[in-house]
Amino acid sequence: MYTDIVMDHFMHPRNVGEIPEADGVGSVGNPVCGDMMTFYIKVKDGRIEDVKFKTFGCGAAIAVSSIVTEMVKGMTLEEARNLTKQQVAEKLGGLPPQKMHCSNLGTQALAQAIADYEARQAEVAKA
Amino acid sequence: MREVYMDHGATAPIRPEVVEAMLPYLREHFGNPLSLHGYGEEPRQAIEAAREKVAALIGAQPNEIYFTANGSEANNMAVKGIATMARTKGKGNHIVVSAIEHQSVLYSAETMGKLGFEVTPVPVDRYGLVDPQAVANALRDDTALVSVMLANSEIGTIEPVAEIAKLVKARGIPFHTDAVAAVGRIPVNVGELGVDVLSLAGSQFYGPKGSGALYIRRGTRILPLIDGGIQEGGRRAGLEDVPAIVGLGVAAELAAAEMKKRAAQLLPLRDRLIERLTTEIPRVYLTGHPTQRLPYHVSVTVEYIEGESMLLFLSMQGIAVSSGSTCTSRALKASHVLTAIGVEAALAQGSLVFTMGEGNSMEDVDYVMGLLPGIIDRLRQMSPLYKPGQ
Repeated sequence: MYTDIVMDHFMHPRNVGEIPEADGVGSVGNPVCGDMMTFYIKVKDGRIEDVKFKTFGCGAAIAVSSIVTEMVKGMTLEEARNLTKQQVAEKLGGLPPQKMHCSNLGTQALAQAIADYEARQAEVAKA
Repeated sequence: MREVYMDHGATAPIRPEVVEAMLPYLREHFGNPLSLHGYGEEPRQAIEAAREKVAALIGAQPNEIYFTANGSEANNMAVKGIATMARTKGKGNHIVVSAIEHQSVLYSAETMGKLGFEVTPVPVDRYGLVDPQAVANALRDDTALVSVMLANSEIGTIEPVAEIAKLVKARGIPFHTDAVAAVGRIPVNVGELGVDVLSLAGSQFYGPKGSGALYIRRGTRILPLIDGGIQEGGRRAGLEDVPAIVGLGVAAELAAAEMKKRAAQLLPLRDRLIERLTTEIPRVYLTGHPTQRLPYHVSVTVEYIEGESMLLFLSMQGIAVSSGSTCTSRALKASHVLTAIGVEAALAQGSLVFTMGEGNSMEDVDYVMGLLPGIIDRLRQMSPLYKPGQ
């Protein structure tokens, strides 16, 4: 069912963990549906300096989370925000149709982390 | 790498004796059983011989056995056949089922719902047990059919079918039981159960895929699902799958002869696996009844993680099991069985189902327990729901 790339990321996920003093945290999905992803980002000079993830979900969900962290490290916030689920699926060598929603979840979680970072920045600016 | 197949609920390996018996009907004896010339003779006799064997396994008469392609077809034939027959008689507007029936029963009832039937699902307790009185309370004057499974394939619980049948039959209502998960593995006797209709499937007890049967008690009225030729007494038309039927017969014969031995072999494995899973790994819970359950069946939920990812890791180590998680269902729906027994939605995602067979041993149980704790720990470390030390 899964490509070799998906299986590689499933078996050897990159960047698993939390960032205690993260600049932004984004969480989407919920265990009731069967998938939940949380992304932690560290931002420096408008770029994603570090990123980690925690995921509750199937093989595709874990692989998506892992490859998203790989893809966005070093990207500007703009580039990271523009990451599409198609790009993610392509980088994984493809996903079964019923698993495409996992790639959507990954880009959404990342976007949430960036939005969280920006919201915090706005708070700081106001103060 | 050790190969451990613990997914006999999905299908079982076919016994060599079954294959041997089928081969002549794939090769030389290829004739149509209805042909009047000589080529029909062997196949026709073989079908009737198989019918006797299947009947003997469940304590029925041969002319009460109707061959189908699988358990799902048998279930469809029962539900739709009895409901529509009631309709032609101008009575019957109501179907009673348990909340944990197999999809082939539930969706058949749902389809009847589109034709105007009201369907009442009877709830189950936290072990998945149906209360016979609850079924009796659901019966109406226009109830055309009651269908309650003999055993559930997802949580292993064995239902009190004989008690339920008594109450249903007292009202003169046809009673069907889906016995697919039970026949060939535990003693099943239609006389003792008191059912009118019963479904079984060959691939569950070392027979071929494509083989199943519906027991229909003499006198029970049913509209055929498949109209056409006169095969199966006119109740299930179509050129018979002779090799599959022959295989089913031999599998039934083997099951009858080995029944006691099979349960004796499987029970210690089941109980040992349940004990180890629930004591050696934190936050792992048994689903289904602890003792009133199929002798080959272990089902648990594992907190904080999801079933498919466990399945994948196990599969990579040569271990084949199943899960009721949303991700493992093609329809991306949560298990209606786990929902019905009150398992919280998130926990239901961590479902694992082990169904063992004659090829399994205590070494297999040990092998699984040697690997599963590590897999679960690894996935828990990745999960946003898990705090170390839980």
